[in-house]
Amino acid sequence: MSLFDLPEGLVAERDRVDRSALLLRAVVPGAAHFALGRRRRGAHLLGYALLMILVLTLRGGAVREAMASRDPGDWLAAAFVILSLLGAVAFSVWDAARIVSDRGRTRSRSPLRIALRRFSENGLAVLAVYVIVGLYLLAILAPLLAPYDPTVIENALETRYLAPSWLHPFGTDEFGRDLFSRALYGARVSLSVGLLAVVVAITLGTVYGAVAGYFGGWLDGVLMRVVDVIIAFPTFFLMLMLVGVFEAGIVFLVLILGFTSWTGTARFIRGEILSLKEREYIEGARAIGLPSHLIIIRHLIPAALAPVLVSAALMVGGMVAAEAGLSFLGIGIRPPTPSWGNMLSAGQDALLVAWWIAFFPGCLLALTILSFNLLADGLRDALDPKTLTRKHL
Amino acid sequence: MILYIVKRLVLSVPLLVGIATATFFVLHLAPGDPMDMYLEPRFQREMDPEVIEAIRTRFGLDEPIPVRYGKWIRNLATGDLGTSFRYRRPVADLMWERVPYTLQLTVLALLFDALFGISLGILAAVKQYTKLDKVVTLGSLVVYSVPGFWLALMLVLVFSVELGWFPTSQTRSLDYELLSFWGQVADRLWHLVLPVFVLSVASAAGTARYMRNKLLDVLSEEYVLAARARGLRERVVILKHALRNALIPIITIYGMALPFLLGGAVLIENVFAWPGMGTLAVEAVRGRDYPVILATTMLSAVLVVVGNLMADITYAAVDPRVSYEGKVKA
Repeated sequence: MSLFDLPEGLVAERDRVDRSALLLRAVVPGAAHFALGRRRRGAHLLGYALLMILVLTLRGGAVREAMASRDPGDWLAAAFVILSLLGAVAFSVWDAARIVSDRGRTRSRSPLRIALRRFSENGLAVLAVYVIVGLYLLAILAPLLAPYDPTVIENALETRYLAPSWLHPFGTDEFGRDLFSRALYGARVSLSVGLLAVVVAITLGTVYGAVAGYFGGWLDGVLMRVVDVIIAFPTFFLMLMLVGVFEAGIVFLVLILGFTSWTGTARFIRGEILSLKEREYIEGARAIGLPSHLIIIRHLIPAALAPVLVSAALMVGGMVAAEAGLSFLGIGIRPPTPSWGNMLSAGQDALLVAWWIAFFPGCLLALTILSFNLLADGLRDALDPKTLTRKHL
Repeated sequence: MILYIVKRLVLSVPLLVGIATATFFVLHLAPGDPMDMYLEPRFQREMDPEVIEAIRTRFGLDEPIPVRYGKWIRNLATGDLGTSFRYRRPVADLMWERVPYTLQLTVLALLFDALFGISLGILAAVKQYTKLDKVVTLGSLVVYSVPGFWLALMLVLVFSVELGWFPTSQTRSLDYELLSFWGQVADRLWHLVLPVFVLSVASAAGTARYMRNKLLDVLSEEYVLAARARGLRERVVILKHALRNALIPIITIYGMALPFLLGGAVLIENVFAWPGMGTLAVEAVRGRDYPVILATTMLSAVLVVVGNLMADITYAAVDPRVSYEGKVKA
């Protein structure tokens, strides 16, 4: 111990003061992270908080209105802004505390951390994530951001078919409705249908494939014959028939899209499980008497999940496209509820008089699908052990 | 080999019966009544119930569902697809009229897809990490992500509405009958340009990406290294040694393209008012034309089954490592 070192009690005291000052600072989201040298995370936290504060100040009236509204969609948007802002503050403090207490320790490189790191080096994929998050934020906050009501028709003769301008950034449609507002609300329908349908498909496919692969025997035979029958339908045809004949609403549309698209996942998971279940660690789990469902859920499915994640990202793009296609044919989401697909359908009818009706929803659609495809590409590269280099370990 | 094909075909019969049964019952479980499309419900209320009964009997809607199912399956087995509610004509005739129009689009689209997709993929793989490769990989991803029917609308907007180079829709001009033979051929081709372009561009983008990845996989194999070590020219190494093996999975994909030939253009046909199978199917779904819905679904299911069989056979034919029992020899 040299002369200039503080005595032990004082070191602890200094760290305590240091720590509480830092955590106090962390109440401003990201501020403590900057002080700790975690610039990237700090910038994300600060940026997100500023964005929400911007919404609150610029659209304060809309937020108050939405909170008083009876529509759960409006209410959700207002609650989301406020709760996520509080969440950002809470996370900032919690995360700063975690970083301070972790200081000096070496962090283990878990497979997940390695994959995240490799993913973050892929500029296009990261950009795609920003775009996707941005689109979903626009969808959630639609009631706060939309300048007009998306379905109310007033004074259609004066406001119909207006070309894009500052008042109507995407122009107006044949009923004089503001297309920017409709596109925002349409994002809610299109993006949630896409995401939820994939959740349905992946869950169903994973459980189904895992059960077939794990138990094998006659059960596997029966389950896989069912898959053969479903795979033998061209998917879009099947969706067309089911959605059209049942005149599906949004919930039913999600279920139909999900129930027609799970077979690929089921086949894949079954194949993975067939090879995984012969490994020693599964035998060990069985030997200590772990029940089958726990072996499947805790040990087999997680081991097979990474490639499923990639195909899930690809599927979201496909589902968004499928919904748009069905609605375009007048079979999916029915007007007046806006979805990007049925806006395109209206745009086709008015193509000769108003190009903007079909143009903007299509751009959003293409941007969404492209982003999910880039995300899937990035995930595939990040999870591929063949391209793993030393520097990531 | 023939034994294998026969075995697969025999095995696919119960599969198709399963599909037929599932389709039939799902369709008849759906709410709504085809009668409502034939006659609006408010008119039905005013009409003589006996007349309505007579119409129901004529379309076979008066019988219980299991009986209808039995009849339908029996007719299907003899090749009788029933009569369309909407057109009041045999479904087989309707489909026979529509099929050539769809085939014009899809066959041409597949040809262009193979031509441009495969060559761009090879080019990108050979020039890996160059600017060309980056343009092809990123460009194909962008093109692949744009919904075809929206691209079709935008092309119509630019090339038909603004520039007037191509027709906006339909398969032929109004004065088609007055044209000479070659004039008629040119007119048909002129109407085919936009729909075929839209159909082929997205699938060519997919093919290019797939081809590039497969060729790169093969190029890292040891026999390619060996070929290079023997001093063969790069051109020979790629075209003779690597490409042959990289093409195997591509060929399989084209084997499975069979259902695409009839059902792959639903949205594009709709944009261009093209009287093909896709439009027929959409009209049938909208109008609850049960016999047509059942027939189109069955046809596409048959095509999927046959397409998969064809893919397996071509796979075995081009890759000597695969035996007809479907097992890969070591």
